[in-house]
Amino acid sequence: MTIKHYYNEMSDEGGHVRAHYSSYANWLSEMPEERLAQKRAEADALFHRHGITFAVYGEKDAGTERLIPFDIIPRIIPADEWHTLAAGLRQRVKALNLFIHDIYHEQNILRAGHIPTEQVLNNAQYRKVMQGVDVARDLYAHIAGVDIVRAGKGEYYVLEDNLRVPSGVSYMLENRKMMMRLFPRLFSRYRVAPVDRYPDMLLKTLRSVAPTGVTDPTVVVMTPGAYNSAYFEHAFLAQQMGVELVEGQDMFVQDDQVFMRTTQGPQRVDVIYRRIDDDFLDPLAFRPDSVLGVPGLLQAYRAGRVTLSNAIGSGVADDKSIYPYVPEMVRFYLGEEPILHNVPTHMCRNKEDLAYVLDNLAELVVKEVHGAGGYGMLVGPASTKAEIEAFREVLVAHPERYIAQPTLALSACPTFVESGVAPRHIDLRPFVLSGEEVQLVPGGLTRVALREGSLVVNSSQGGGTKDTWVLEA
Amino acid sequence: MLSRTADHLYWMARYMERAENVARILDVNHRMSMMPQSAVQEEQAWGATLRIMGLEAPFHQRYAEITPDAVLEFMIFDDDNPSSVRNCLRAARENAHAVRGTLTSELWETTNGTWLKMRDFTREQFADLGASEFFEWVKYRSHLSRGVTIGTMLQDESLRFTRLGTFLERADNTARILDVKYQLLLPAGEVEGGAADYYQWSALLRSVSAFEVYRKVYRDLITPSRVAELLLLRVDMPRSIARCMKEVYTNLREVANDQSAETERRAGELEAQLRFGRIDDIVRDGLHNYVVRLLARVQDLGNRIADDFLVPVSGSRS
Repeated sequence: MTIKHYYNEMSDEGGHVRAHYSSYANWLSEMPEERLAQKRAEADALFHRHGITFAVYGEKDAGTERLIPFDIIPRIIPADEWHTLAAGLRQRVKALNLFIHDIYHEQNILRAGHIPTEQVLNNAQYRKVMQGVDVARDLYAHIAGVDIVRAGKGEYYVLEDNLRVPSGVSYMLENRKMMMRLFPRLFSRYRVAPVDRYPDMLLKTLRSVAPTGVTDPTVVVMTPGAYNSAYFEHAFLAQQMGVELVEGQDMFVQDDQVFMRTTQGPQRVDVIYRRIDDDFLDPLAFRPDSVLGVPGLLQAYRAGRVTLSNAIGSGVADDKSIYPYVPEMVRFYLGEEPILHNVPTHMCRNKEDLAYVLDNLAELVVKEVHGAGGYGMLVGPASTKAEIEAFREVLVAHPERYIAQPTLALSACPTFVESGVAPRHIDLRPFVLSGEEVQLVPGGLTRVALREGSLVVNSSQGGGTKDTWVLEA
Repeated sequence: MLSRTADHLYWMARYMERAENVARILDVNHRMSMMPQSAVQEEQAWGATLRIMGLEAPFHQRYAEITPDAVLEFMIFDDDNPSSVRNCLRAARENAHAVRGTLTSELWETTNGTWLKMRDFTREQFADLGASEFFEWVKYRSHLSRGVTIGTMLQDESLRFTRLGTFLERADNTARILDVKYQLLLPAGEVEGGAADYYQWSALLRSVSAFEVYRKVYRDLITPSRVAELLLLRVDMPRSIARCMKEVYTNLREVANDQSAETERRAGELEAQLRFGRIDDIVRDGLHNYVVRLLARVQDLGNRIADDFLVPVSGSRS
């Protein structure tokens, strides 16, 4: 499938280079392809040497770590566009945090009838154990990775709110370092807003949500271990913040207090930036077969003696079945009109929606409500008749498990691929931090679908990444 | 710092040091095998190499007879031999990987780069390069790791536990090299300076980078007891047991905790005995017995350090 009409980040319909790309386009046109190829090879070698890799699940040998392909052509966002985006993101994440607090306390939004109660309370991500539990600053999703796409004539849409353990920020930071190393002179042509204070902002955010009464909190990053696919990022963030990288086995709970085992004896832990799903946190409370967690952690958490970041039960708010209600949350909690748009979404649990979806499968993208990583979805226009019919059966059997959206003509950005420089579809994941204040560094992770025509940007599905330049005004 | 982190750092350093020492031991044999010797002598020498590492039994399970090629294959490439150079470099890298956030990026890149190169190293490349060049490469990478460790790491606990790993491993290896070669070159009853071959002793010295050092320190003929003195008791010789124990004791004091007093005392006691020891007494009582007791004490220190610092402390009721 090739989408014919899409927004090209670099040039307009008439083929003219957009103003914010003009200097770059000149530079690129003077750059021989061999030189680009050489720079890309240099980048690959450096990423390998630095070990900036992800492990593919199930492959244990150290030799099977892969690189996420890095594209050397940046995605450029003008200052005014970013200004609007950033305001929209802050607004949205504020509303999401208010929503999570509400549904574990008064449930005002449900009583007001804005969201069907059973869709929230029967959601697999809704954690009853969190009802009535007070968390620091009433904040749940301290770190949010919101997926943004650009469609139509260039309008921005929110595709997904990732509020559990969103990853990718390390690539945002490493991509910038790489670009500055490969093309130092380009950075003198452009005033690119820096992103490198993200680790400081993250640490400040985590410290600001420490349990009440703790003045000098000990923060740790909790990883499932060295074989996790995002381990590089866990280690990277711990190192950049100067905090310990712990595994479940390094911690224990005594008298509702969490400690880590150190060479100088037990040391108190106050804030855990956990990069591990709810289910694996505490074998006593969730999955008893989990060897990754800490027995008694939930009890300590409920007692308010430790902060988990993000909070247990945040996932309910980024569920695809809740997503259609986020604009309503903005209006309900903040009394504001949403700055960022949602993609129109059909909820297959509703009869009329399902009928429409079944009639238009060939044009729609159908996603599993709880799915992630680009698995278990149907991209209608890119599928064969047989694939569509097979999916139809699955959908009819369990309509409540699916939502459908129009196939968005994702914007495309010039990318250096086998055939030379050619447009490829992209998305954007900025990272929003909520603590004492709600803030984000200018930029995010731009993911790019490297296969021609492909709209799937996930690294597990052949996606790559680009540096994201937000220009300073 | 986390006990688990300290454990990984300690083993990262031990495995890197072990890779270097395996290369050194193989190198000395390789050099000796280029000198005129009988088939029996040659087999003895390669057999002794396996004995140094305590790997005779696993070797014989896998190979019919002791030949230079078989021993080299077993000690360099064999994935079933935990002490093969390949496995040591892999283990060093795996331990580094587990705590890469604690390492400086230079140290991580050095350790990772060493493994990536070793991983892709084929037998053909080994044949082309030649054994000596390969051993030089291993030593060079180990020197590089150590230099990067000292040159870039904050002088905190991370560095201390890394150094503890290096020196405990080195003490163990130096003691083993000396013991086996001493027995081989100077069989019981033989008088010093008799049949002992100058080249053999000089090869032994070279294997621990001590040939020039010997010349400088003694300015005299190479004699077995001086070689033993240099490798055991000279504190100024970087690979001697005395030096290693001084480093172990110093680093141990820096990381002391509530339960490590006895370990510190034992390390200090051993360090003092080496510092004030006399080679004549050691040779008179039998060098082999001395080294056997020494190895046991080094191992005891390793176990105690693991108990005091590295293994999760029992504070958990779960």
